[in-house]
Amino acid sequence: MTDRYPGYDVLSKRWTQSWNEPTRQVIDRRLAIPREPRFFSAEEWRTLCAVCDRIMPQPPDRPPVPLPAFVDQKMADGMLDGYRYAALPPQGDAWRRGLAALDVAARAEHGELFHDLVANQQDGLLRRMQNGELAGPEWGGMPCRLFFEHRVIPDITHAYYAHPVAWNEIGFGGPASPRGYVRLGLDRRDPWEAPREATEGADHGV
Amino acid sequence: MASDPFAAPRASDGRAPDVFTRGGWVPMRQYSDDETVDFAVVGTGAGGGPLIAGLAEGGFSVVGFDAGPYFRPLEDFASDEREQEKLYWNDERVVDGANPITMGGKNSGKAVGGSTVHFAMVSLRFRPEWFRSRTLLGYGADWPLDWREMWHYYAKAEKALSISGPVTYPWGPKRPRYPYRPHELNGASELLARGAEAMGMKWSATPLATVSAPHGQSPPCVYRGFCRFGCSTNAKQSQLVTFIPRALRAGAEIRDLAMVGRIEVGPTGLAMGVHFFREGRWRFQRARNVVVAGYAIETPRLLLASATDRFPDGLANSSGLVGKNLMTQSNQAAFGTMEQEVRWYKGPPSLSITEHWNYEDRKDFAGGYCWMAQGPLPVEWATIQTSSRGLWGQALRDEMEKYNHQVGLKMVGEMLPDERNRVTLADDKDQYGLRVARVTYSWGDNDKALINHALDQMQTSLEAVGAKNIFRQENDTNHLAGTARMGNDPRTSVVNADCRSWDIPNLWVCDGSIFPTTGGVNPSLTITSIAMRTAERIRTLAKRGEL
Repeated sequence: MTDRYPGYDVLSKRWTQSWNEPTRQVIDRRLAIPREPRFFSAEEWRTLCAVCDRIMPQPPDRPPVPLPAFVDQKMADGMLDGYRYAALPPQGDAWRRGLAALDVAARAEHGELFHDLVANQQDGLLRRMQNGELAGPEWGGMPCRLFFEHRVIPDITHAYYAHPVAWNEIGFGGPASPRGYVRLGLDRRDPWEAPREATEGADHGV
Repeated sequence: MASDPFAAPRASDGRAPDVFTRGGWVPMRQYSDDETVDFAVVGTGAGGGPLIAGLAEGGFSVVGFDAGPYFRPLEDFASDEREQEKLYWNDERVVDGANPITMGGKNSGKAVGGSTVHFAMVSLRFRPEWFRSRTLLGYGADWPLDWREMWHYYAKAEKALSISGPVTYPWGPKRPRYPYRPHELNGASELLARGAEAMGMKWSATPLATVSAPHGQSPPCVYRGFCRFGCSTNAKQSQLVTFIPRALRAGAEIRDLAMVGRIEVGPTGLAMGVHFFREGRWRFQRARNVVVAGYAIETPRLLLASATDRFPDGLANSSGLVGKNLMTQSNQAAFGTMEQEVRWYKGPPSLSITEHWNYEDRKDFAGGYCWMAQGPLPVEWATIQTSSRGLWGQALRDEMEKYNHQVGLKMVGEMLPDERNRVTLADDKDQYGLRVARVTYSWGDNDKALINHALDQMQTSLEAVGAKNIFRQENDTNHLAGTARMGNDPRTSVVNADCRSWDIPNLWVCDGSIFPTTGGVNPSLTITSIAMRTAERIRTLAKRGEL
């Protein structure tokens, strides 16, 4: 795996001027998210975990960001997006129907449930969902492409890139309040930002 | 520990939150439901805010309603994309058509101060010709407002919002210098400037509603970059920290967590007041005038939902145009990677702009557009990568790691009014038991031609600065307009130039809904300028006994 910003940890700024009290509380809650599902059944949860592992694979050398838990939280708490495609059912129904349909497709194609398939079989099914190629009564009229685009992808990837672990990976500055930034120009950075990827000695930004 | 702004209304017991302190209060006048107030204003955003303040300062009794909470930014705003989704109108809306509109954070606020609490602060004037686009440019519809009068109100709005901008703006007729100096450019906006110069175009620091020097209790912007997720320092000149405090000082009442579900029309055919849901029950506020300022979805939704036997198609709808001619703005973009570090998360996202194609008519489509520098934070950047390129899995992870080297240009483009693009009532109901809005939208051929032109131009600009791996975000829209257009003829418009409905003389609409066309710039400054004008016009009409 890559480690573009070795040693950079957004969480180390927790007690600096970059984090205000509301931010500390929000991130604390995020890091402490319960790992057990409240919304999904055991069967749905197994499939969801397998889907999350393929949509956002995570390196084995650190604890994974618990993506299924964030999807479960969004459904359990009814956190809506502000709009729903007319062809999609309400978000929780969409997930339940989509996960069950994915298992039906896995069985039909490979004779096993989705979570028992190997990674490239799983990827193949997800790609067919993305391309709108899965259909059947189990979808209940829900277009699989829309389900993929508007539920699977955003619910999983948003959870990941809202997590401090992801911010470290991409070198994002993370929370910035009340302190923002002073050095704004190209190839310029403040001491409280992620270091440059290359050798620190070449840095003329600070 | 701060109180929960969603748990119970904060504006009550003769006081409202002091938005400039933690846990602070300011005095607020209150009216009883039985007291007939001069104006009930539904919505407190870019349209409602200035109108509530202007009417209260004119001596009218005013109650402003907002369905959202009353935030104190210093204690309520985290520095976080996801948490701050609490600023958006995230209640269910059904979207359909050939090009369904993404709602929520792109265009809909649910808070005292409305969408201005999370807007990107871009504060631009219309090109003068757009107020007569049918006559002068051959498309859309003419406005009943004269651009010279608008120029006067634009200047007033820019002063009221302490807009930071250049001494000389490169496009359009002369305007006064902006009240505050322009903000420093960040790396992303510098690249826009270089690209524009390479293409022989003018560019400018973007006029922004965030202060570059202290103003009142607002400290200067510290370039946090979370502007679209609420300003936690109060540098942003949202309605929440500008016109709403003014309105309170002038004696207006603001009711937070107050969802208006129906306008009552009496036997005389006049509006009598509004039914609103607050603290678990429906109540009725009597009013001599009702102003709807809920923006282009909630405004037609309320007018349609208030239908009676006398007005079976909804209020103010004898033209049949309520809900029709919905417009969004094209918001496509081109992105690429630079060898240099850009770190576009620093500073307001749109620090530089070119309006070249708003003022250049040698092109084979109607309407105009501008483009601005970009600075999406990680969640939004992931959305762009996944929705534009279909990336997921390791491919997505690899692309996301280039975050600090990305550069982008995003357009705000004019989409043409079309009656088939509209807001109607769906059968689904929301948490208040009210029918939700169905939002139907399809791009026309002209919209597509304009978008393709802009994508080519933005890509050329990125190539000119040496960006590599360029890709296009081909499907995105943002701001809203239309659905209750203003005009000179009751048969072809919903309100007149004073935002007064043709059908019900004490019912007004004051928000982006009244736009007959939407122009190629962000709409908020125009909404605010028209609201300031409307407040003055109502004062004038009242003096003449014409209310």
